[in-house]
Amino acid sequence: MHFKRQPVKKLRKVRDILSDRTAAIVGIHEYPHRFVKGEVSPLQIKAASAEKALQDAGLNWSDVDAIYDAGEVGDLAGLYISEYFGLKPNVIDTTSVGGSSYEYHAAHARRDIETGKAKVALLTYGSNQRSERRFFDPDATQPADNMENFSGSTLISNYAMVAHRHMYQYGTTAEQLAEIAVATRFHAMRNPQAVKAMQDLGFPEIRETTIADVVGSKVISDPLHVLDCCMVSDGGGAVVIASPEVARNCRKKPVWIIGTGEATKYPENGGDITISAGAQSGPTAFAQAGIKPAEIDIAMIYDSFTITVVTLLEDLGFCNKGEGGDWVSGGRLRFDRPNDGPALNTDGGGLSSNQPGMRGIFLLIEAARQLRGESTSQVDGASLAIAHGNGGLLGSRHAAGTVILGGD
Amino acid sequence: MSDVNRPLPSLDIPDTREFWQGTKHKELRYQQCATCSTIVFFPRAHCTGCTSSDLTLKVSAGRGHLYSYSLVRKSFHPFFEGLAPYAVAWVDLEEGPRILSNLTGIDDPFTDIHMGMPVTVEWEEHEGLCIPLFKPA
Repeated sequence: MHFKRQPVKKLRKVRDILSDRTAAIVGIHEYPHRFVKGEVSPLQIKAASAEKALQDAGLNWSDVDAIYDAGEVGDLAGLYISEYFGLKPNVIDTTSVGGSSYEYHAAHARRDIETGKAKVALLTYGSNQRSERRFFDPDATQPADNMENFSGSTLISNYAMVAHRHMYQYGTTAEQLAEIAVATRFHAMRNPQAVKAMQDLGFPEIRETTIADVVGSKVISDPLHVLDCCMVSDGGGAVVIASPEVARNCRKKPVWIIGTGEATKYPENGGDITISAGAQSGPTAFAQAGIKPAEIDIAMIYDSFTITVVTLLEDLGFCNKGEGGDWVSGGRLRFDRPNDGPALNTDGGGLSSNQPGMRGIFLLIEAARQLRGESTSQVDGASLAIAHGNGGLLGSRHAAGTVILGGD
Repeated sequence: MSDVNRPLPSLDIPDTREFWQGTKHKELRYQQCATCSTIVFFPRAHCTGCTSSDLTLKVSAGRGHLYSYSLVRKSFHPFFEGLAPYAVAWVDLEEGPRILSNLTGIDDPFTDIHMGMPVTVEWEEHEGLCIPLFKPA
């Protein structure tokens, strides 16, 4: 089913916005399996995904001259990864900032292509965290962690404290946060890969959800319920980014990178934990792209938890700080309501489709699908998308990567 | 001792050594820059405001307010799983530092915790150091 977005909201024609085409996503692949039962290694997932993404682009391994890697398969990734793939790239970038790494990689790939250091950039991701039951484990050799680990703060409680503060400062409700889970599940049910993921991971009920379902589900860490939390899966994927000259001869329509932003945030005495690093990276990316949030058709926003999305939408300027709960209400973010605002996480998101630990690459992949017209929750005429990754912990130290994409 | 204990901090990390040594004497230490007056916490060898290394060690009175909290119902760590539901909290000390800790001395965690409520430090004693927890003031 396709839904047409009203073109009148655009301030300018997209082809004018895209006058400066310097690098484009030309190949994508999302590894289809979410529970590999330890039978496939992260490296194998990366290589299998790279091969498929290169095929998608109509390119070969030998075309790749730049590699971007978040180091998820171990230390010294920059040493091992080229050998494993059998490549001799001119650019090796191992920026590792958690789930936002791939937005950074996309930004750096564009920069490296613009400066002539590379023509074909390969980003890959592979994880079997679900099979290994490996969960977030802060490094206790960091002084910051040595001050905090005694408290038993969990990954979820870190985000829950943002949610509590958001509720306290702005009157945000659990029902408003639940809107995010309901919208993404609505999209997931239209994505056969997401449905299969939920089956393979043993979700008790695989169906569209209601606000009542979410707020009635088990509380894990107040005020967050189990349905406010992302899934824990295996998985991976790959993205190929190329120069305009290469992109012109690729199999699929190029998806141009038109704006990027990077930022970090950490606990500060007297700071406001309801504001993320996205408040710094978002405006940078929008200014570079020369567009406004209201023009965005597709919002691929890191949904580790429902509160993450509400916070990030505010910080990216879709609405004012504190108004996110109200703004997302009434099913506004569904793909079949394109005149109300952007469609959110149309693949089903980390909440209901794919979250192997660092979800950022899937934000780029689904944004590219939408701008090509290949999504299972396709918004017809979608021409501008945002992919915003949040790596680390929203309630304490994290990195934000914003990428704005435009279709031809 | 069973292995189901609170995970304790390392005393060997240079930046945080003085802080944890102070807890042995039930001192809640923080730093203030002698040059620009910035409050530095967690402790470091440089000021985060002006990069000066001229930092004065101070002791907090241990009073503050609850900035945010979450009642954890599920933990993968055996000590904390046994403690659940327990409150993880950011506390703003009156002198300025924001510290992550647990709330203690709460009769009913479902009704007796309120955002912004005044709290005061309560030391949990261990061999060689104490852990700063916070109770309602």
